[in-house]
Amino acid sequence: MSEEDIIARLKENVIQGRKTQQDEGMDEKLSGTPGVVELTRLALEEKIPLEEIINKALTVGMRVVGEKFSTKEYFIPDMLASADAVGEAMDILKPLLEVSSIETKGKFAIATVKGDIHDIGKNIVAILLKGMGYEVNDLGTDVPTEKIIEFIKKESPDYLGLSALLTTTMTEMGVVIEALKDSGLRDRVKVLIGGAAVSDEYAQEIGADAYCVDSFHAIKVLDSFQRSEIN
Amino acid sequence: MPREGILVPNPYERITDEQVQQIHQASLQILVDPGLICFSKKAAEIFHSNGAEVTTASSGDNPCWHIKIPEKLVIEALDSAPKTVKLGARNPDNALIMKGDEPRVYFISGSETNIWLDVDFHTYVRKSDRSIEIKVPEFHPRRSTLADLCQSAHVCEHLETLDGYIRTVNIQDEDITEDNKDVNKFFASLNNTTKHFMSGLTKLEQLDNVVRMAELIAGGKEALKENPIISFITCLVKSPLQFVEDTTDTFIEVCQRGLPAVVSSSPQAGTTAPIKEAGIMAQINAEVLAGITLGQLVNKGTPLLYGSVPVRARMDTLGDSYGSVETSQYNIDCVQMARFYKIPNYSTSGVCDTKIPGQQASIERLFSDIVVTLSGPQYLHCAYGLLDGNAVFCLLQAVLDDAHFQMLKFFLKPARINQPELNEVLKQIREVVATPQKLYIGYIRQVMRSGEISAPYPFEGDGESDSVFALAYQRMNELLGKPVEHIAPDTTAKIFQEIPGLLPRLNVYRERK
Repeated sequence: MSEEDIIARLKENVIQGRKTQQDEGMDEKLSGTPGVVELTRLALEEKIPLEEIINKALTVGMRVVGEKFSTKEYFIPDMLASADAVGEAMDILKPLLEVSSIETKGKFAIATVKGDIHDIGKNIVAILLKGMGYEVNDLGTDVPTEKIIEFIKKESPDYLGLSALLTTTMTEMGVVIEALKDSGLRDRVKVLIGGAAVSDEYAQEIGADAYCVDSFHAIKVLDSFQRSEIN
Repeated sequence: MPREGILVPNPYERITDEQVQQIHQASLQILVDPGLICFSKKAAEIFHSNGAEVTTASSGDNPCWHIKIPEKLVIEALDSAPKTVKLGARNPDNALIMKGDEPRVYFISGSETNIWLDVDFHTYVRKSDRSIEIKVPEFHPRRSTLADLCQSAHVCEHLETLDGYIRTVNIQDEDITEDNKDVNKFFASLNNTTKHFMSGLTKLEQLDNVVRMAELIAGGKEALKENPIISFITCLVKSPLQFVEDTTDTFIEVCQRGLPAVVSSSPQAGTTAPIKEAGIMAQINAEVLAGITLGQLVNKGTPLLYGSVPVRARMDTLGDSYGSVETSQYNIDCVQMARFYKIPNYSTSGVCDTKIPGQQASIERLFSDIVVTLSGPQYLHCAYGLLDGNAVFCLLQAVLDDAHFQMLKFFLKPARINQPELNEVLKQIREVVATPQKLYIGYIRQVMRSGEISAPYPFEGDGESDSVFALAYQRMNELLGKPVEHIAPDTTAKIFQEIPGLLPRLNVYRERK
């Protein structure tokens, strides 16, 4: 298989959301053929440069997926399947990325706050952001504030996503932000909040940087942060 | 292959088998005492010559007869009435096959209204903040025309859930007369839909012209028998218990020709029928049985539908209250009576009391559409687009109705629970629970593409404003923009040559020249 062929197939499998050879995807013709994981490994074996794999296959593929989603040809499960496949590819590429000059879009820590064990939204955001090129650290559910602060101190993520479903646990988000201030970390990390209980108004009230309606909104918010950082 | 309709698994039953029997017995008693008043001489003669007790009665200046129908005649008629009725269609794939004991539901338009409701949208600006605008639909009633009938048939052709077309509007153009109404009504409808067409007849003298037109379209006399692309609604019995002269005579003629007909009765509980459920049920059932008996005496084996349009009276005006809950109860009772006789049922739902589309219309129609459908009538004339009882037709409403029938049809799909299915999902559950994210999302896509997941409501807007009307209006115009398969040019030419009274503007080929 030529280099162009591998890149083209990788891109197509991202669009199809086929993580592995076992996945069905949308096009029956691809059934049983290598998926994103196998093709990423093959690309590395064939010594295809990392930039080529990421920029010409994974990123371009995800862009097509995004376009299909915006025209309602694709739905969230399609987008997540592609993002999950890209996330898996990024895990394979991670050791090489660490020694290369290629940068990810940023480090994103995410957690469901203390007292709350709901994680569907958090997990969807994590999958999607990973697929979109962020380095995602999922701290889990019912995460104590001290653990979050400790992680921020140690790993210095660019962004912190806090999730809460319940009106009884959303106040914990404010507690985290206060703790960030007390530790002198508030300016080092942008805080995004989300979940059924919270709102834009609540984000302002507790001093968060943004409220995200859903995972796709989170991407837009992050993009807007990146644009303002460039400017 | 005929249309599939929707087979209702385990149809809902409101009354017990014992109650069905009790209604049946009460109806048989009604047919003997008090019997029926008959204003049709032909019908009186038919009953008399078949052993019914017929005596001359008087009702003002009109001659009439008092008829007592013995049980034996009714039972024989119920035996000979076909238990399976086929309603054909210009496109044979749109034919409807109805079995009296099978709860397979077909969704049909109707009934005939005098008013057509136009809709347009106006923009309103908030006084206190002129940057805030909303679009609000405005509805404008006007007399319905031939062009409206064509439009509604055109849109109904493309409404996915609609299985057959009952004419929706009365045609009231200046050049429409009592003499040419039937031929134009039938041609306008048949030329704009390939689905089954059912209608009443305005003038008996036009029956032969209408039947000849159908023969030309179907491909001859025998072809029409095989594929009856038209059928007739005949309200021969006016409640309480009176055979009306003109509709009864029409019914007799239709039965003689062996074309399918609905024996329809529409008593109103409180005025033309007892307000109590037992009363309206015993009476409507007697009225329909009287019609079926007459039809079978005219032509043994002629295809008939048990037609029921019962309604409760409004307490404020004594008008029809189609939106009342009792109306649906009566309809479901009738579905059960028809199934007891194994004769396909023409039932009613979706008719509402309000005059314009909106929340009341949605609530009233959806309520009756759901509950009556669940009882499993075969031919459900469920009022696509109908408003204000049966006074107003709105094409936009018909498009809205199609969306909720799609939901209803999806709901009635059989449950897919079996051992192979369970084995597959158990494997899935074990796999997912072992993953860190514990999400089943990866398994959605295949199911989503296979059509096993219901579609989202098609008129859902973005954001927080309600865009239902605007999106349905857009859909309505899209459907109007889709082509319809008109009757072939040579057949159209023959029809215009042979059938008198057709208005030239209905000839699409002539207009294109």
